[in-house]
Amino acid sequence: METVNAVRGGACSAREVVTACLARIEAIDQKLHAFLSVDGERALTEADRVDGALKRGDALGPLAGVPIAVKDNLCTTFGCTTCGSRMLESFQSQYNAHAVDRLQQAGAIIVGKTNLDEFAMGSSTENSAFFATTNPWDGSRVAGGSSGGSAAAVAARLVPGALGSDTGGSTRQPASFCGVVGLKPSYGRVSRYGLVAFSSSLDQVGPITRDVRDTALLLKVIAGHDPRDSTCVDLEVPDYLKGLEKTSRPIRVGVCSRDFGDGLHPEVESAVNRAIETLASNGAEIVPVDLPHVKYGLACYYLVATAECSSNLARFDGVHYGRRTPTPTNIADLYERSRGEALGPETQRRIMLGTFALSTGYYDAYYLKALKVRTLIRNDFDRAFDKVDVIASPVTPTTAFRLGDKTDDPLAMYLSDVYTITANLTGHCAVSVPCGVDSNGLPIGLQFVGPAFQEQRLLSIAHQYQSATSHHTAAPPCASAN
Amino acid sequence: MKEILDEQTVRHVAHLARLKLSDDDLADVREQLSRILAYVDLLNELNTDDVEPTAHPLEITNVFREDSVGKSWTADAALSQAPQRQNGFFQVPRVLGQGSG
Repeated sequence: METVNAVRGGACSAREVVTACLARIEAIDQKLHAFLSVDGERALTEADRVDGALKRGDALGPLAGVPIAVKDNLCTTFGCTTCGSRMLESFQSQYNAHAVDRLQQAGAIIVGKTNLDEFAMGSSTENSAFFATTNPWDGSRVAGGSSGGSAAAVAARLVPGALGSDTGGSTRQPASFCGVVGLKPSYGRVSRYGLVAFSSSLDQVGPITRDVRDTALLLKVIAGHDPRDSTCVDLEVPDYLKGLEKTSRPIRVGVCSRDFGDGLHPEVESAVNRAIETLASNGAEIVPVDLPHVKYGLACYYLVATAECSSNLARFDGVHYGRRTPTPTNIADLYERSRGEALGPETQRRIMLGTFALSTGYYDAYYLKALKVRTLIRNDFDRAFDKVDVIASPVTPTTAFRLGDKTDDPLAMYLSDVYTITANLTGHCAVSVPCGVDSNGLPIGLQFVGPAFQEQRLLSIAHQYQSATSHHTAAPPCASAN
Repeated sequence: MKEILDEQTVRHVAHLARLKLSDDDLADVREQLSRILAYVDLLNELNTDDVEPTAHPLEITNVFREDSVGKSWTADAALSQAPQRQNGFFQVPRVLGQGSG
């Protein structure tokens, strides 16, 4: 990251970096609505601490002085952690998420918390209880979701990097809509301690940045074992940044021609095909792969994710924390009205669907069936990874859609995740990188999916693509407004 | 598939989920969930009789740790976000002897 070197080399102080960052947020975010909260005072104090350490000649962390934004479903002891929900509007966490601790230990300065669909459930950030984030490339369009605030903040150059979370594409899809890089690490690579749980067998914390180099830098900081998340695997964390340049053997890129059942837009299709040609002309071997069960991915996902969400969100009962209905008549009324009043329509819909799928008489037909189909999908990918290093595909069937276009049709909204959800079901790692723009000037994303815990290879392939192209260097018009 | 979601089922599910929904909301949810379930019916194209379910992407079972005393929260920290508290406890309306729970 340029910022790291600038602060380290003395070209500017951390205070100057953070001051400039806060000024940009002030100037640009009124229209963008990427941030739910900004804590400038705290950020400047942290910056002074970095500057003091630099002056004393103390050892500096790998992100010393870098302003970072954090999705508001990651707990922080400072400010509120709202999850974009009325339920947690004034909730103050008593502990930091593991990824937040890691960022701070690395010297990063967290400037604010970014907007999201309520509890990370959505694909447009329109399900936020507070406001929708707009797309930096076109203010009448969505930023994507659920990490829309993080992606928009990075795209508009408000911060060089941000954290999101990805349960079905929630870092990759908004990154694609906003023209930046979004990573979903392998399941178990990054601790979810302090990430407010949506769907525990799918959720991962991941970085959103402008290029793959910065993604590698951030991943190295947040990845690694944490005993506080029992699904977080004790595997060595390689130096992803150094590993980017390594190309030990020719790259094999898998391409699946099968119909995902999606309505893929021709402009997206041709941009992705051009990207695959670019890879081929740079020496990659393009290998056809068959993934016969991908078209069942979305149906499978919406049963697994909602079942787990209905269980995870049972904790919001108006008793221990969060919002309570003002005048409950008894305990049952307290539960039902607190939840009914404070949770938004999409969240309630998913809780209902998940509760139904898990209920007596329907469990086998829906939930168990979905878990079996999940096995078939996973087997498809595992077989493909015997032949290839990564599988390339679009990130989303279309570019960013207009605000309000899909809010009345949940199923249409879900369909924008059709390419991304499979990596969550299988636990594989996946990254979204910009690969062009459509005729409206809206960014198009290219997705690479790699085997579990092969982030090193995944990122080096994505980096090779970025080294051969310049799509990731394009900035949206609003970024130059300051 | 659509007929599975009659009004009574939706009311039952709302009760299981502890969600207070108005009659209008119930009708909306019923209509939307019916459409989603009709889509999800796609899975029945597949024969999964001999397929093991995957509940989780990792092949891990139990994770153990040392049974040692660590740091824990103070009662004040644990209660700090409670909507209502009294004498070091979370306070709720009467549980017994009222309503149907």
